[in-house]
Amino acid sequence: MPQNPSGSYARPGDVVLMVGTLKGAFLFTSDASRKSWTMDGPHFPGEEVYALACDQRGASPTLWAAPGSAFWGVTLRRSDDLGASWSSKEERSVKFPEESGLSLTRIWQIRPGPADEPETMWLGVEPTCLFRSDDGGDSWAPVEGFLHHEHREFWTPGGGGLCLHTIVPHASDRKRMLVAFSTGGVYKTRDNGLTWAPSNVGVRAEFLPDKHPEFGQCVHKVVGHPDKPDRLFLQNHWGLYRSDDWAESWQDIANGVPSDFGFAMAMHPKNPDTVYIVPLESDQFRCVPEAKMRVYRTRDGGASWEPLSKGLPQEGAYETVLRDALDTDSADPAGVYFGTRSGKLYASADEGDRWSLVHEGLPPIVCVKSAVLA
Amino acid sequence: MSVTLVVPGPLRDLTGGRRTIGLDVAEGTVGEAFDVLRGEIPALYDRIFTEQRELRPHVNVFVGTADIRWSGGLDTPLAGAREVVILPSVSGG
Repeated sequence: MPQNPSGSYARPGDVVLMVGTLKGAFLFTSDASRKSWTMDGPHFPGEEVYALACDQRGASPTLWAAPGSAFWGVTLRRSDDLGASWSSKEERSVKFPEESGLSLTRIWQIRPGPADEPETMWLGVEPTCLFRSDDGGDSWAPVEGFLHHEHREFWTPGGGGLCLHTIVPHASDRKRMLVAFSTGGVYKTRDNGLTWAPSNVGVRAEFLPDKHPEFGQCVHKVVGHPDKPDRLFLQNHWGLYRSDDWAESWQDIANGVPSDFGFAMAMHPKNPDTVYIVPLESDQFRCVPEAKMRVYRTRDGGASWEPLSKGLPQEGAYETVLRDALDTDSADPAGVYFGTRSGKLYASADEGDRWSLVHEGLPPIVCVKSAVLA
Repeated sequence: MSVTLVVPGPLRDLTGGRRTIGLDVAEGTVGEAFDVLRGEIPALYDRIFTEQRELRPHVNVFVGTADIRWSGGLDTPLAGAREVVILPSVSGG
């Protein structure tokens, strides 16, 4: 049984909160009550950590992190002891082929594969590409059909860079996968990555003369639930959407939100009709509307949204929550977590009804991932 | 000839803790010295150069006291220099 970062032994049901910031990663642990948290870190001090993951497909949990040094570049690191130690820089090299003309700038997403394929993993990277590993993350190669996509020359970076930040494997069809990136939008494959087609019908691109191009949208996040594998929710750069046909088309569901602009979106672990977002004001300001820190939740698939504010600051909160800084855990009731650019980490142990501040004063938070230890 | 590569602290976990590495190179360019490094310690090379063999933006390399960015890049001649120094640049916030 691995030790948790505070030195005690982690038990099944304990919750690990992995927090990536611009100056390192922090690990918070709690028992199942999620009332008090123990902090450990920074791991990789001075390095930005945009991607973290906890893979529980093996006998014990494996933590993954992708620290990026402004000086020495990006590395992919693995811990088999809940962060007590990490693999070295020279292992698990993630590189573009020289002939691609591309160089890795950042790893945005670490996605373990299906439970019955314990050796399969994916990475979403910048410049936009999907990498795959078939040996548990020891070696990596870009998915050729995506690397050589005919649209590549037309994909352009948004404010965060040309980043592939979302990977959604289809829950019941192994040959299907959806990815999203800024800018470019949603692309999906039906043939295990050999070919990829844009899937943005209905998603608007407010920043282009043609508001509904085939591709070029600035999609910020897409989530789905395995119980309804063809249903997807999408937070766009202006726009909130749902698809019921595996991204063949998208319908506007910005019903009652103060802004349809935002970055983050998280799926409820058990209820496929429940989704969380953090609306942000306009395009230029990008702080929560009215300086009130509110998470919004739908429980009816986007037909309506309700603000969740109990325990969150309701005045003077000029906060921003970025695309991977909102997550839910798989406990019952579900925990919901988010981190802000101002370094505040909030948690709810009751599906978002009530919130508490876990920690403030962290470096700007860019990633929050949670896991209930099996 | 032998060139001494001076490795900064943050990269010494890739050299077994050594501050310097000796590289046996023919009299030539700094790029040829790094080709030798790439063969001997590829992980260290990867921290200094991108996949496109571009010096990472916040890394400086000096042949003697000359910054290679201003003296010919990887074509900078070693010209009898005994030391190639890798240093992180002054940047950050």
